[in-house]
Amino acid sequence: MRSFTTFTVLVSSAILLSACSSVKLDEKPPVEERAAPAPVVSSNNDRAVETVTAASTDPLDDKNGILAKRSIYFDLDSYVVKDEFKPVVGAHGQYLSTHKTRKIIIQGNTDERGGREYNLALGQKRAEAVSKALSTLGVPASQIEAVSFGKEKPKATGSDDASWAENRRSDIVYQ
Amino acid sequence: MMKNLFLRTLAAIALMAATLAHAQLRVEISGVGANQIPIAIAGFADESLSPQRISAIIKADLSRSGYFKIIDTDKVMSETTAVNFSEWKSRGVDALVVGSVQRLVDGRFDVRYKLLDTIKSSQLSALALAAQPQFTRVSGHKIADDIYEKLLGARGAFATRIAYVTKAGREYRLEVADSDGESTQVALRSNEPIISPAWSPDGTKVAYVSFENKKPVVYVQDLINRQRTIVANYKGSNSAPSWSPDGSKLAIALSRDGLTQVYVINADGSNLRRLTNSNGIDTEPQFSADGQSIYFTSDRSGGPQIYKMSVTGGEAQRVTFNGSYNISPRISPDGKTLAYISRREGRFQLYALDLTNSQEQRLSDTTKDESPSFSPNGKYIMYATESGRRGSLAVVSVDSRVKHSLTTQAGDIREPTWGPFMK
Repeated sequence: MRSFTTFTVLVSSAILLSACSSVKLDEKPPVEERAAPAPVVSSNNDRAVETVTAASTDPLDDKNGILAKRSIYFDLDSYVVKDEFKPVVGAHGQYLSTHKTRKIIIQGNTDERGGREYNLALGQKRAEAVSKALSTLGVPASQIEAVSFGKEKPKATGSDDASWAENRRSDIVYQ
Repeated sequence: MMKNLFLRTLAAIALMAATLAHAQLRVEISGVGANQIPIAIAGFADESLSPQRISAIIKADLSRSGYFKIIDTDKVMSETTAVNFSEWKSRGVDALVVGSVQRLVDGRFDVRYKLLDTIKSSQLSALALAAQPQFTRVSGHKIADDIYEKLLGARGAFATRIAYVTKAGREYRLEVADSDGESTQVALRSNEPIISPAWSPDGTKVAYVSFENKKPVVYVQDLINRQRTIVANYKGSNSAPSWSPDGSKLAIALSRDGLTQVYVINADGSNLRRLTNSNGIDTEPQFSADGQSIYFTSDRSGGPQIYKMSVTGGEAQRVTFNGSYNISPRISPDGKTLAYISRREGRFQLYALDLTNSQEQRLSDTTKDESPSFSPNGKYIMYATESGRRGSLAVVSVDSRVKHSLTTQAGDIREPTWGPFMK
C-alpha cells in the first residue's frame, strides 16, 4: 500500500508537470539519504511522506498576480484608459488571447451625479474603452461583452470625492 | 338579514385591511394656483355604506389640484336635497357638490352626484356611476375629474394611475398606484435595479429596464396577466423604452454597435431599426404625441442637449440651447411644452420650454431632480427628487405654482411615469 501511495504521488506530479508546460516544479521531493551501512533492524525512515503542494496553474487564480486586478478607474468626465491601467488591461488581453474559451463581461459604472439613462450611456463608454483596448491587443469580440450599470450599483455610497472616484470604474468579470 | 349585514361588514373590513396593508404614499401640498374656485363638498347621503367616503376623495383631489379652495361644511346632501343657493352664495361658495351612495343588489355601489352653480342657481353637471366595491375610489376620482373639467375647462386626471420604482434595502419594486398615491400594488419585485418604467398608451402594460440578467434589458410587462416579454436583449446595454402613441412600437437606446444610439422596435421585439447615427451618445428617445417625431438626448455637440428628429429618419434639430447639460426630454400631450432636467451650477432642476416662443422656465426649487413625466391632461409634471436625503416624488403645475410631494414611509421612491386616461 505504501509503495502504491508513493507511486500515485509520483504519477500525479508527472501529470501536473506535463499539463502545464509553462510552470516548473522547482523543488524535487526530498529524498531520504541513508547513513553509513551499519545494519539496523528498524527502518522507520522508509515511512516518511513529504508533502507536495500542487500550485493551481491558472494565473487568473493567483491572488498576488496582475490578473487579480479587475478594476480600471477613470477620471471625472473621462472615458479613456489611463496609462497606469494599461498594464492591467494588457495582462488580461494576453490571458484572453491564450485562453480562447474564456469570456468576460466588462461592467462600466459612473458616480451618482446626473440622470440615470445618460449615466447608463456614460458607463457604457467606460466599459467600451476597456473593450476597445482589449480588441486592439487582439482579443476577439466574441470573448467580450461590454455592459453598463450606470449609477445603479455604486460600490461606495458616500457623496464625496473619494466615493465618486471609487464609482467611476470598469470591472472585468470572468464568466 | 342580520347575517347579511354581518357578512357585508366583514367584507368591508377585509377590503380596508387589504388596502391598508400596502404602504401608502404621503401627500404634502406646498403650493397652490393663482386663482382658486371656492367650492363646498357636502357629505354624500349614505356614503358610509361604501368602503371609501366619496366626498373625502373628491375633497382631497380638488385640494391637491391647487385650483380649488375647499369651503368646509358638515352638511349631508343628496342629489335630491333642496338647495338654498343664496345661502351658499352668501357664504362665499361658488360651486356646490352633492350626492348619494346606494348599494345595488349585485353588490356594486351606485354613486350619484350633482355639481351646482350657486351664482346662477343652476345645475352644471350630474353623473351616476355604478362600480364594484374595490373601485369606489375610482368613482370618487371620476366625479372629481368631472368637476375639474366643468369648472376649469380641461380634462381632469384624478382617475389616472402612476407607476414608479422603490428601493428599500436591497429590494427594488415596480409599483402602481392611483395618482393620489393610494391603492399601491406591486408589479415587480427584484434584487437588481429597475429603471425607466413607461406606461403603454392603453394603460395595461409597463415597459421598463431590469438588471436581473446582470445587464440592462428592456422588458414589457402586462399588468393584468403578469406576462413579461423581453423586447431588447442585444449585446451590450438595452434601455430607455418609450412607447409610440398607437402602442405598436418602442423607441429604445442600444449600445450594440458601440456607442449608445436610438433605435425603434416593435413592441413584441421584432423589426429592429436604427434611427440615429452620430459620433456621440444618443439616448432617452421620446415619441411626440402625434407619433411623427422623436425627441432625444444627445451629446454629439460635446455636452448633452435635447434634439428632435422625424421618426422616419434624417437630420436632427437641436432644441435646447441654454446651459451645457440638458437631459430627459418629455413632450406635453399638446406638443407645445418640453419638460427636461437641466444642470445649472451643479444643480439638477426641472425646466419647461415653451416650444412656441422658446421661453424657458425653471419649475422646481430642489437640486436633484430626475425623470419628469406629464399628466395626460398636460397640466402637471411629476418628477423624482430628494427630500431629506431620501428619494421622493413631486408634482408641479406647468406654470410652476401648484406643488405637492409624495413620499414613502421608508426607502427611496424614484422614476415616476404618469399613466394615460382610461375608461
